[in-house]
Amino acid sequence: MEIQLEYYLVISLVMMACGVYGFLSRRNTLAMLISIELMLNAADINFAAFNRYLFSNYEGHFFAIFGIAIAAAETAVAIAIMINIYRNLKSIQTKDLEEMKH
Amino acid sequence: MDYSQFLNMKEELSLMVVIAIVLLYDIIAGDKRKQTMTPVVIALMVFHTAFTLVPSQAYSIFGGMYTHTPMMSIVKAILNLGVIIVFLQADIWLRREDTKIRAGEFYELILCTLLGMYMMIGAGHFLMFYIGLETASIPMAALVAFDKYRHHSAEAGAKYILTAMFSSALLIFGLSLVYGSCGSLYFDDVTYTVFSGGPMAICALVLFISGMGFKLSLVPFHLWTADVYQGAPTNVTSYLSVISKGAAAFAFMTILVKAFPELVDQWQTALYILIVLSITIANLFAIRQQDLKRFMAFSSISQAGYIMLGVIGGNALGMTSLVYYVLVYIVANLAIFGVINIVEQRSGKLEFSDYNGFYQTNPKLTFIITLALFSLGGIPPFAGFFSKFFIFASAVEQGYVWLVFIALLNTIIALYYYLRLVKAMYILPNETPIATFRSDACTRVSLAICLIGIIGFGLVSAIYDCINAYSYGL
Repeated sequence: MEIQLEYYLVISLVMMACGVYGFLSRRNTLAMLISIELMLNAADINFAAFNRYLFSNYEGHFFAIFGIAIAAAETAVAIAIMINIYRNLKSIQTKDLEEMKH
Repeated sequence: MDYSQFLNMKEELSLMVVIAIVLLYDIIAGDKRKQTMTPVVIALMVFHTAFTLVPSQAYSIFGGMYTHTPMMSIVKAILNLGVIIVFLQADIWLRREDTKIRAGEFYELILCTLLGMYMMIGAGHFLMFYIGLETASIPMAALVAFDKYRHHSAEAGAKYILTAMFSSALLIFGLSLVYGSCGSLYFDDVTYTVFSGGPMAICALVLFISGMGFKLSLVPFHLWTADVYQGAPTNVTSYLSVISKGAAAFAFMTILVKAFPELVDQWQTALYILIVLSITIANLFAIRQQDLKRFMAFSSISQAGYIMLGVIGGNALGMTSLVYYVLVYIVANLAIFGVINIVEQRSGKLEFSDYNGFYQTNPKLTFIITLALFSLGGIPPFAGFFSKFFIFASAVEQGYVWLVFIALLNTIIALYYYLRLVKAMYILPNETPIATFRSDACTRVSLAICLIGIIGFGLVSAIYDCINAYSYGL
């Protein structure tokens, strides 16, 4: 059986939805970060699948590669900030990060 | 490949030279010589700004990935002016014992974000735009969490990076849908491909607008703003509130005009709703704030709504008034943040009530903050009046009469809470007002520049005409 474009799109959409749900419902900042990674990777899958099935240029693949690199850079900074918070508070739960709420 | 094309990116190259020199100076100069860091960086930035303003023609390079128009030079020069003012104001903070060792990092991170904004403005391809956007927002997270032993700063950093990543994930998913429906990500190709009306195209547009809405902190994507502005170091807050917002607004406008002209009805409807929500809700929340930085955060959300009034028309007059608004907003907002910063450094006070009776002890600073608030509120003859007038005119020209009416009503609410601060400073009594102090030379210079801008940019019509000569639209 031939694997078609729609299969990839459904997977990426499910990943995107899981990521949004996880970002909104998780209470641990690292779990939120993982959810965001799911969303970013869903977009990368979209790019690669569209490029492979529909178009003959390589822009989608390039965008996916750059997207992965940028996601890695963002994660590095986010984890550095979280390590700093852990050193200050000994916790990375969101309930400890609401001192400024009004 | 023709490597000489790189020479056409002259503003980016000159900024990269500035970054390299600052980095080397930071590493090589001894502790004594680091005292001269601020003058060195300011001098470099002034040279760089002069170089940016050298007249140039419109062109595009790398097959259209990078574009340049004279308007972009003007926007970049305006951003440079803001960065120079922020650097001047940051001097006193960077001389403190706990931040002294990290002073170089502050300059480098700010200049890196500025480079990202340049790329965002000059992009002709969505990949270039995305890289620029991330180059602007990743170092910004490090800046927000700069005071790493202060809990508020770390908390603000976490909130900023998580929302920035979430918004960029939405944005890049939207871009993947643009790619799926057009097969190309060059703005020009996106325009020429059949790209009208389909559900996928509308999904892409909605995701793109919501991603940019987070960066511009429009309601309902504004929830991070107040916390981040309060928690970040004051100088970073001032940078975040004016410069990154101005750059994002201009890039947003160029993309909507260049890449999505087919969907103009859809994005105008979306922006209509966002503008009404941003202006109204932010104004109502600003009334009840007690912390000055939170207050300025909500004020800046509503100002972002006004800036979007220039975008919604998508015409040349809209672009002129947007750039002019950003210019006027930069000097007025930075004047207020300059005073907030110097008061925080000298006395550690940030609450609204601390400013009661401020006029008795520091009349000059009170005068500056009053003029800046009048300019933000839009009282003639200050520049804020003219910038508001032009931005309303551009929206009315496109037929958005009711939208402008709502915005006008909101300027009255805005005036109420701006004048609340004025009343606190001049009229309300206080047993223990903030003690009289002398500002340092750098802050005084920065406030003088802001003061000249607040009065001069409105009265010298040559500035508006100069911007108007280069603007373009749908």
